[in-house]
Amino acid sequence: MEKVYRTHLLLCAGTGCVASGALNVRDALCAEIKQRDLADEIYVTTTGCNGFCAAGPLLVAYPDGIFYQKLTPADVPAFVEEYLVKGRVAKKHLFEPKKGAAPIPKLSDIGFFGHQVLVALRNRGLIDPDKIDEYIARDGYLGTAKALTEMEPRQIIDEILASGLRGRGGAGFPTGLKWRFAAEATGSPKYILCNADEGDPGAFMDRSILESDPHAVIEGMIIGAKAIGAHQGYVYVRAEYPLAIERLERAIQQAQDYGLLGEDILGSGYDMNIDLYFGAGAFVCGEETALMQSIEGRRGMPRQRPPFPAHQGLWGRPSVLNNVETFANVAQIIHRGAIWFSSLGTPKSTGTKVFALTGNVKNIGLIEVPMGTPLRTIVYDIGGGIPKKKKLKAVQVGGPSGGCIPEHMIDTPVDFESIPATGAIMGSGGLVVMDSSTCMVDVAKFFLEFTADESCGKCTPCREGTYQMLEILTRICHGKGQFEDIGTLEQLSRMIGASSLCGLGQTAPNPVLTTIRYFRKEYEEHINEKRCRAKTCKALLRFWVDPEMCRKCGLCVPACPVDAIKWEKKAVAEILLDKCTRCTSCYQACPFDAIE
Amino acid sequence: MAKLKVEDLKRIKESVKGTVNLRDGAARVKVTVHMGTCGIAAGARTVMNTLLREIESRQVQDVILTSSGCAGLCSHEPMITVEVKETAPVKYVKLDADKTKRIFAEHIMGGKAIVEYAFSVGSERTR
Ligand SMILES: Cc1cc2nc3c(=O)[nH]c(=O)nc-3n(C[C@H](O)[C@H](O)[C@H](O)COP(=O)(O)O)c2cc1C
Repeated sequence: MEKVYRTHLLLCAGTGCVASGALNVRDALCAEIKQRDLADEIYVTTTGCNGFCAAGPLLVAYPDGIFYQKLTPADVPAFVEEYLVKGRVAKKHLFEPKKGAAPIPKLSDIGFFGHQVLVALRNRGLIDPDKIDEYIARDGYLGTAKALTEMEPRQIIDEILASGLRGRGGAGFPTGLKWRFAAEATGSPKYILCNADEGDPGAFMDRSILESDPHAVIEGMIIGAKAIGAHQGYVYVRAEYPLAIERLERAIQQAQDYGLLGEDILGSGYDMNIDLYFGAGAFVCGEETALMQSIEGRRGMPRQRPPFPAHQGLWGRPSVLNNVETFANVAQIIHRGAIWFSSLGTPKSTGTKVFALTGNVKNIGLIEVPMGTPLRTIVYDIGGGIPKKKKLKAVQVGGPSGGCIPEHMIDTPVDFESIPATGAIMGSGGLVVMDSSTCMVDVAKFFLEFTADESCGKCTPCREGTYQMLEILTRICHGKGQFEDIGTLEQLSRMIGASSLCGLGQTAPNPVLTTIRYFRKEYEEHINEKRCRAKTCKALLRFWVDPEMCRKCGLCVPACPVDAIKWEKKAVAEILLDKCTRCTSCYQACPFDAIE
Repeated sequence: MAKLKVEDLKRIKESVKGTVNLRDGAARVKVTVHMGTCGIAAGARTVMNTLLREIESRQVQDVILTSSGCAGLCSHEPMITVEVKETAPVKYVKLDADKTKRIFAEHIMGGKAIVEYAFSVGSERTR
């Protein structure tokens, strides 16, 4: 039997917490525990991403279930003394929902966690991802065992179909249907592929799943392989994810040692291997046909479909490509049943969805909620609202292919029907909260810069069209917008959307279309009045001193790097617009908010 | 390493169940060792270690141990509180290794509280 401890300290070692120093905290904890002779009582281990990245480095202490945040090595001695020696909750590191509000000790009572439902992330923060036994202890590989020893491929596909599982990589295509096409396709060998390219800027859902629960993805791939009749799988993972790669490689090795990969898995007679392929980080390589070309050793470029990969995929053979999160759901559907899974979410969008929650929101992190959860719950109950008492303006959903949903539509449920109805897309799960200091034209420009840059150049509408749109947006932000620009943007958007070869071009106009649709007035202000209400577009800023507010202190003068402020003692300052570079230094330096 | 069969999954699961139970908070018995300064000075450490070794040697999976601060009865330390699921918690006082072992065998495993060591049954009311 394993060794018994009274307390387990599960320290988050996701990429976010590691960056904020989690490993130093771990070392300090271990040293302190050893020094105080507690090593036989207290077990310290690391887990994958806990999700609440804004609070890191953090740990959860079991069996009490207490959530401790913002630890540093210097805090460790006092923490050990208070919590582990004296047995009192270490108040200093408890989560405070608001400044001055009563701290909340229990993880499950904190709003950020309390509103979440974990399926794909169910093991996050609960197991050490490097220990296959801990995964097995939480019903790991039971789904695989059932699929390989008790079910026919047909039954697996029917179960996945009945669960209503839809692809989490963006398009929401029914997974069971995809598997059925590949199962029925002739040709061999067949391949099962996992898309861990995760190209959306700011997204880290898939990385987090791989880091905290790699075996869940492996299981999904084994079950998918049996369903379609494949014996070889590939995970296409970007090389910029070293920790995810390390954990995945170790997990594959452990599964092989246990006979959960390789020949005759669990004595079922079924053989299956998984290899990794490292992507170099091009966004377009996340597109399925480009991804397959990349594995084949060619330049990653999309091709015309049909033929669909289910018939002619990798090396021209029938192939299925699914997203990391899609696979992470599979084993539990097989183990717990389609009925359980479809009881979560909405009738047409079953289950849960993982989102990377960022932007102007208090609790930045990784969350998982049932499909159909309103955006309001995500922004306010989980996210904790907008910091600095600012006002919510919009939520950007779906990354560079997505769109901006305005504040008045904050009750929109997140699912595969409601989100596209707003003009955005679910995408892979980026969720950026924007407050009133965000310029919507600038946001559209930001995403278009990305897509124009990442366009592979194969088809003209995407290559030239995104470039033209970007030119226009840049012009508008620089105060050189023309009356007809909005119309031209809309027209270009329609053409690019309709005629591009792959999803990259087809969806690239979405950020522009949705911002025009919901924030047309801001475009018009930029173009007609040369004004940016969010004060983001520097070229449009006209700084001036409000004589009523100015206390004639002169603090703005030394702040200005280009001597553009005229001031004499006891006189109101004046900004010389022809010299001003709009650097905002004086704006920030003024203690009386007299500069606008 | 030997390749697993389906039954082996259950065996592994069984062997790490203690860890999982501890993290799920799913235990039959919860034992709290009061480890305030007074408790530690009076020998709470010994009590804690005895409990840990008992759990280990008996291979018990459904008992979790936790510690808490001073229970307000410094003259009666070392103390523990034993909470068997769905029964009232029992506080034991003035413990040593032998008493602790007996409590483990008879109350924690056997379900019968040892009245002679017990200080109180039930817990004080909190607001
Ligand atoms: C430009 C582009 C980039 C994409 N990037 C990703 C990605 O990073 N990860 C992903 O899972 N799917 C990505 N997709 C979607 C894939 O083409 C494919 O639909 C998906 O991996 C299928 O898995 P699913 O059915 O499980 O969602 C991308 C699509 C396009 C057009």
